[in-house]
Amino acid sequence: MTTTDWPLWEVFVRSRRGLSHTHAGSLHAPDAELALRNARDLYTRRGEGVSIWVVPSSAITASSPDEKDPFFEPTADKPYRHPTFYEIPEGVQHL
Amino acid sequence: MTTPTVKDTALAPAALALGDDALVLSHRLGEWAGNAPVLEEEVALANIALDLLGQARMLLSMVGDEDELAFLREERAFRNLQLVEQPNGDFAHTIARQLYFSVYQHLLHTQLADGDGPFAALAAKAVKETAYHRDHAEQWTLRLGDGTEVSHDRMQQAANALWRYTGEMFQPVEGLDIDWTALQTAWLEQIEDVLRRATLSVPEGPRTGAWSAGAGRQGLHTEPFGRMLAEMQHLHRSHPGASW
Repeated sequence: MTTTDWPLWEVFVRSRRGLSHTHAGSLHAPDAELALRNARDLYTRRGEGVSIWVVPSSAITASSPDEKDPFFEPTADKPYRHPTFYEIPEGVQHL
Repeated sequence: MTTPTVKDTALAPAALALGDDALVLSHRLGEWAGNAPVLEEEVALANIALDLLGQARMLLSMVGDEDELAFLREERAFRNLQLVEQPNGDFAHTIARQLYFSVYQHLLHTQLADGDGPFAALAAKAVKETAYHRDHAEQWTLRLGDGTEVSHDRMQQAANALWRYTGEMFQPVEGLDIDWTALQTAWLEQIEDVLRRATLSVPEGPRTGAWSAGAGRQGLHTEPFGRMLAEMQHLHRSHPGASW
């Protein structure tokens, strides 16, 4: 394999109607149209999807591992944010 | 799907012709495994090869034992087009071969799927696969033709080099209810459209070889086919009935 200067793309696949697109992986492609086709060949060959998004990896802004503590730590001791303090009325289904 | 049989009927030669096209091109595309320019493209070509292998297995099973037909026939007994046996060459040659063949196969499957013969069900399934093969070849032809100076030249050379194998595709295959004239007209229109959009010129040479006492459908093959067949059949002939 030779290295290429093709950009990297992130692939999101929706497995069924009604579900949201989920990150499946990444791949190289020269442009968006071919990225979509490569994604079809790499990530949906066993019937995994009904819809694909491709996004240039460079377009994604990610949280930094260095900011992990200020970003995520404070939520650990705030259990009242979880919907666990409600009495569920009898007869309510699908909850 | 239960496979209808056409063994010993007037349709056996047609099943063999279509099955051999798919089998031989599948093997050629398989040769890219481990050698493709990028990993993504290697998987794309392998997917196409596997689609074709599936088609070949169904068609050959209609005629007889698929393994015997694939691995124990001599070169002269194969009925595939000379186009599909041509070596991979550079990537542009592989794409030109894909373009010429997939446009043809897609038109053929569309007509067969509309009919009611024993190939209709198979063609209805295959037409979705070949539509993708056609799209793959078209996308790459556009990018190579309208790419850099080098990619343009190479794509043009490949389109020219394989042009002479395209006339054979429209020889009527015995037993198939196909409007071959319409097929050829549509094929030319579509190929010219793709080449034009790819800034390539439509090759001008003849569409048959200078020596044309017959062609692949009559069992006459080009020199590279013998070597391909030797490699493809080697394992089965050395270890008959081997399995894993």
